[in-house]
Amino acid sequence: MDLMDLQEQIRIARETNEFTPLLDAIPYARLLGIRMQLDGQGEPLFHLPFAQKNIGNAMLPALHGGVIGGFLENCAILHLMWVRASLEMPKTIDFSIDYLRSGRAQDTYGQCRITRQGKRVAHVHIDAWQSDRATPIAASRIHLLLT
Amino acid sequence: MDNSDKPLDKQHKQSVNFFASVPHARELGIEVIEMGKARGILRIPYKDDLIGNPRTRVIHGGVITSLIDSSSGLAVFCAMTRMEAIATLDLRIDYLKPAIPGKDLYAASECYKLTHHVAFVRSVAYQDNIDDPVATSVSTFMRNSADTRRTK
Repeated sequence: MDLMDLQEQIRIARETNEFTPLLDAIPYARLLGIRMQLDGQGEPLFHLPFAQKNIGNAMLPALHGGVIGGFLENCAILHLMWVRASLEMPKTIDFSIDYLRSGRAQDTYGQCRITRQGKRVAHVHIDAWQSDRATPIAASRIHLLLT
Repeated sequence: MDNSDKPLDKQHKQSVNFFASVPHARELGIEVIEMGKARGILRIPYKDDLIGNPRTRVIHGGVITSLIDSSSGLAVFCAMTRMEAIATLDLRIDYLKPAIPGKDLYAASECYKLTHHVAFVRSVAYQDNIDDPVATSVSTFMRNSADTRRTK
């Protein structure tokens, strides 16, 4: 597997506004199918298009809770690297997620808010929603070790 | 004669079939390793698709989240006397050390309290040695969820 330096991928994404190569450089982000764009304020906005392979309950159907968790962890890590809070990939110290509604077989979105950024540790809040941002499907928070 | 293993065998088969029917469990390669009263162990064999950090080739934390969410659900299933729909209410994971690239990942979960509505679970994720975990977790599940929650 030929994997380019993530910092280099971020530099290219800043120049080209094309995020797919950056996300493809992280195998697990590629497995889930995560996409990234910038919103009107220039803040990273993450998108998880619906994929059958991300289903955790075939009866409902509903997304796997781990998929939603993994998506939000990716959001936080990429967000911190994007805003240059961390040069290398930050390491997760702890992660906590509240599942508010089942994730339907639909596209999911995620956005981060850095609640505190210290020298070594950042605290990030991440929300996930589907059709309506006012009715989130999950709320999570993460402590990341910056490098 | 001790028949105590009999229902467990049936439950074990049910669980193996269950995980085989879950698309994302299949995608990650989740396997049922062990089941007991209110406890279960799952495994994810290492594969390149699960890498979170391309430089170090360490598995992504999200994979551990999925594995622990699944093994926690399995432990709840093992604690109940009949099949019920369950839904994860919340999940917290402490990442104690990076997983070693190339090695399989295990998660052992125990449902230590089952009430009428809620199940409480603790878990450890590990590779070679359960006493030297990669991550620890606590989680809660709603019983009889059957999607009455998503009424908006």
